[in-house]
Amino acid sequence: MTPSQTSAPSALLSERIIDFTNHMRANGFTMGPQECITIAHHLSSKPLPTMQRVRLELKTLLAGDRQEWLRFDDLFEAYWIKSGRTRASLQQKSSPHITRPERPAPLWQQHLSDNRPEGDGKTPQIEVETGEQPAGEASGRLIAAKHSVNRKTDLKNIVDPEEIRAAEALALQLARAMRYRLSRRYKTAKKGNRLDLRKTIRSALPRGGEPIELFRRSTRPRPVHIIVFLDVSGSMKHYSRFFLQFVKGLVCAWLHSDAFVFHTRLVHVTDAVRDRNSARAMTRLALMAEGFGGGTKLGECLGQFNRHHARKMANSRTVAIVLSDGYDTGAPEKLEAELARMKKHVRKLVWLNPLLGWKNYAPITAAMLAARPHIDYFAAANTLESLAALEPQLAQL
Amino acid sequence: MSVINDIGPKLAAVGYIADEPLSVALQLTVDLARPLLLEGEAGVGKTETAKALAKVLDTRLIRLQCYEGLDATSTIYEWNYQKQLLAIRAREHDRLSSSAIEKQIFSEDFLLRRPLLEAISQEKSPVLLIDEIDRADEEFEAYLLELLSDFQVTIPELGTIEATSRPYVILTSNGTRELSDALRRRCLYSYVEFPDHQREYDIVRARLPDLEANLASEIVGFVQNLRKEDLEKKPGIAETLDWAAALVGMEVHSLLDDPDKVTSSMICLLKTESDLKSAPRELVSRLAGKAA
Repeated sequence: MTPSQTSAPSALLSERIIDFTNHMRANGFTMGPQECITIAHHLSSKPLPTMQRVRLELKTLLAGDRQEWLRFDDLFEAYWIKSGRTRASLQQKSSPHITRPERPAPLWQQHLSDNRPEGDGKTPQIEVETGEQPAGEASGRLIAAKHSVNRKTDLKNIVDPEEIRAAEALALQLARAMRYRLSRRYKTAKKGNRLDLRKTIRSALPRGGEPIELFRRSTRPRPVHIIVFLDVSGSMKHYSRFFLQFVKGLVCAWLHSDAFVFHTRLVHVTDAVRDRNSARAMTRLALMAEGFGGGTKLGECLGQFNRHHARKMANSRTVAIVLSDGYDTGAPEKLEAELARMKKHVRKLVWLNPLLGWKNYAPITAAMLAARPHIDYFAAANTLESLAALEPQLAQL
Repeated sequence: MSVINDIGPKLAAVGYIADEPLSVALQLTVDLARPLLLEGEAGVGKTETAKALAKVLDTRLIRLQCYEGLDATSTIYEWNYQKQLLAIRAREHDRLSSSAIEKQIFSEDFLLRRPLLEAISQEKSPVLLIDEIDRADEEFEAYLLELLSDFQVTIPELGTIEATSRPYVILTSNGTRELSDALRRRCLYSYVEFPDHQREYDIVRARLPDLEANLASEIVGFVQNLRKEDLEKKPGIAETLDWAAALVGMEVHSLLDDPDKVTSSMICLLKTESDLKSAPRELVSRLAGKAA
């Protein structure tokens, strides 16, 4: 549609606007009838301005955040400028305009299917919700797993529902232990260090203005926000399983939490882990954890967090938990600098090192020595049981 | 139907050079009387937008700075407790019934108006700037939503106060927290980018008319290139203007004249220690050479 044609009758215009609304909705914009009416009303209220102007006006009206703001121009052009050729196919879901499918392609499906025996038309046996798995099928799965590329995480064990439940319960317990931070907002309370003047005066009125009954206000506790950083490098592989369960338990059970795994890069895994289907979540997490190789770059990964995530995620109630053995291939100076910066974003820094549980182990790697001054609480953790033992100490943070 | 048409040139007349998306957004804010949510990096002139709009519309600017823990009483209204107490004492011997006293002390005289109530009870529609909404808590955001959709405030003791005029609302956010979808849907949205070379040059010229043209052009070129460096916090327009003023004060006529002076004046542009360290004399002279 070119600007010269825009003086079309308004019935045609409103039809096109409805069509455009559908197009935008199919591309992930939140648009209801309200938006549709607003646009139609706005465009028909005065002679149509230039194309560029209409584009900017609709962009202002319809975009809700930066991503949508950036994507809008392409979608607008796809509809209004190239619409002549492709309009017929617009009703179908396979329209070329639809750049983002409704649901992201499930990553785990490919993974599962390449583990499945050839020609097996049955449902994937990895489903945990069904609970009982016939022994024959389960062993079939294990054989198939041997044929596939050597993926080091034993998924069969990780998705054991009993263990996951235990991990979730433990994670929740630990999160609860560190839960309370005082907010600055005052609310009416039985015991408090400040008078609630408003309530006191109101109740004083029927007694001749004498404030006989005093009401108080105090600050309420607010939940802590927990960010977990899990080292998934080669040296940590024996512990990753426990910790992955712990991370999953924490993120699912505690609303105010985020999780990252790192190796040579940092990956934000909160969304992947918060999947209600445990099997799928663990598969996604394991895939993300395995996806990259090489040594551990602690400093660089924490730096990535500081630069890209810290300002959005961290606040004065944040506790950062690093689960790592401290074997670092990067420079210790870098790690120290990044930890110092991270300390400015978070309230407390907890470092749980699985090797610390070993006999005769002393944290003398260069990275650990550099990191030590910035850590508020440093402890051993190599099994779920040892994590559980941390509860009293974490409660004191 | 509209109070004002073609807002772009009028903004320029009051010294605010807006790019096209922003002037369209402001025009829509005025036309549709809907709140406008501005996002963008710190220092791109989001707050200044509201001030300019108030000047163009020749109306009051009411500003509400958000912070963590901000609540309804400090933004909408509060009762003047001290005055109420005194009033109760003074009327002690008048033998008034308690309901009469209550009526007296919960009247408009004892009400302290805070910015949001102030904004909806003006004669002429003011511009209401809600700065850094992302710093306030979610609860306050929900309260604000109610106000923005109904434009009325309910005070239990007094009843509902209807808006005498609808303010033009501008919200700004720096993205320290995700805002709720409900708020985003209610608002018009505009993302403010750093200005391009020409626009920033116009801004500098408009704000500092005494500045020599060639120095202004060098300054803008320098800052534009500096923003492309890997910095923790990119310098905004306010920083550019500060720096220009500083250079004038230091009697620098061209960036190439005195690299030492220029380097030492970088404190106007770079506000963190690591950024300052990452812009040594060599980088400064290289950028100055490019700009000139």
